[in-house]
Amino acid sequence: MTEIFQSEIIISEISNLLKDDKHVAIGAASPIPGSAALLAQEERKNTNLKLQVTILHSQKFNNFTDGSRELFDASAQGRIDTFFLGGVQIDGQANINLVGTGRYPKLDKRFSGSFGSALMYFVVPKIILFREEHTPRTLVKKVDFISAPGISPPNIYRPGGPKYLITNKALFSFNKKKKNFKIEKINPEFTLDEVIKSTGFEFKTNKNLKYFTMPSQKRIDVLRNLIAPKVLNFYPQFAKKLWFN
Amino acid sequence: MVNFTQITVKDIAKEVKDNCLLGIPADYSGVPMSVTIEIIKNKTKGLRLYCLPLTTIQGDMLIGSGCVNEIETAAVTLGEYGQAPRFQDAIENSKINIKDSTCPALHAQLQATEKSVPFMPLRGILGSDLYKNRNDWVVIDNPMNNSNTNDEKIVILPAVKLDILIFHASKADINGNVQIGRRRELATLAHASKKVYVTVEEIVDEDFFDSELKAAATLPSLYIDGISLAKNGAWPCGLTDYYDIDTNEMSKYAKAAKYQETFDEYMRDFILQNNYSNI
Repeated sequence: MTEIFQSEIIISEISNLLKDDKHVAIGAASPIPGSAALLAQEERKNTNLKLQVTILHSQKFNNFTDGSRELFDASAQGRIDTFFLGGVQIDGQANINLVGTGRYPKLDKRFSGSFGSALMYFVVPKIILFREEHTPRTLVKKVDFISAPGISPPNIYRPGGPKYLITNKALFSFNKKKKNFKIEKINPEFTLDEVIKSTGFEFKTNKNLKYFTMPSQKRIDVLRNLIAPKVLNFYPQFAKKLWFN
Repeated sequence: MVNFTQITVKDIAKEVKDNCLLGIPADYSGVPMSVTIEIIKNKTKGLRLYCLPLTTIQGDMLIGSGCVNEIETAAVTLGEYGQAPRFQDAIENSKINIKDSTCPALHAQLQATEKSVPFMPLRGILGSDLYKNRNDWVVIDNPMNNSNTNDEKIVILPAVKLDILIFHASKADINGNVQIGRRRELATLAHASKKVYVTVEEIVDEDFFDSELKAAATLPSLYIDGISLAKNGAWPCGLTDYYDIDTNEMSKYAKAAKYQETFDEYMRDFILQNNYSNI
């Protein structure tokens, strides 16, 4: 068996989360989710449940023709099943912060901005939060700025919201009613205690805690031979570093 | 022979007046870098940037060069090349004002102007700190009885009209129509702008309206106030079907822009090199 990279394990785990989807969209700066979606699409190629993948930063894999607003219009109509969001900070109530740390507006450290999160988080049924770095700095008790809230009161239209959070250490599910995360899977390189210590918020533990699933050799072959060259087209820096160095 | 008066990149830059509200296209829809350099050379001040919905090196350069007073945007980033350092510095040290927004809101505010209605509703947003920091956004009760959400609260956003829009595109035809492909957000920007100027890679000897297929990918000349040729006009950003982003130059910029001093040095060289022909 060849050496499998951490990023490939996460790509494989994310790919498993997409199994019932019909349409997955990938936004800015998301090479790992993008690779995962293309992998899921490839693996389902010869089945009855085809997967549409829209990668906004690609020419060929962007299915939209009505400009960049089409993603938001399509999402608001429920035409997209899964979307990914990240965050400088994510807290225990699944609030996400893409704006910066410190006190707004004169922040200690400014980051890029909220992108489409303030709508997408409300309308896409399965939002997967993805943040590779799993430390008390990224997974915090309370975010410094809410780009988009994890939960909303009943008088706000909200068919969508957070379903999962995946990091390089663990996979969590989010319970909307209980307003908390529950750990589902753990990277075998870490102990539960280490995960608890590196998480700034409290989460529900799990009697049936599983390890991240190692991708099969077949899946790794598909990923490296068929998906990697596609990813090279729209996330060149990422693909070169992981697969073509 | 073309049936419109060609202008120069310098002519376009002169139309960008101090304190105006300038439309900024995203990195994928034709970044007018050749004009941006001329704006910087003109030492234009007090610009208010309206990004649809984000900006990369163009916004960062304008901010680092002291041309910007305010920015309304969903993000400023160098994408795969990291954070936008001059933007970060400007925010962390309160050098510019920011109206933090979200992509669909930036679209909706221009769509309101397209329809000439005073506001546009948008779902989402409520419960975010974006909303708390925007005194121009208003929450109302949904006045229509057509929602499954009882007593629905919804945000309305003001119509925004731009003073001027500049973008770079692949081709203009002999009658001054411009090919925008499926980058329809450029049409939204143009419809909502008082003045529109375009730089193009080439001017072709045909009329796009002779082909239905081409016409569908065209911004008609009726929305356009001036066109200039600018070969490689988006460089170091990419232009679909013409050239990819220049990864070496972007990495070089990302490194240089970390500090004001190295940014200033970079910009001096950038201006001296004169990277764009037909200026």
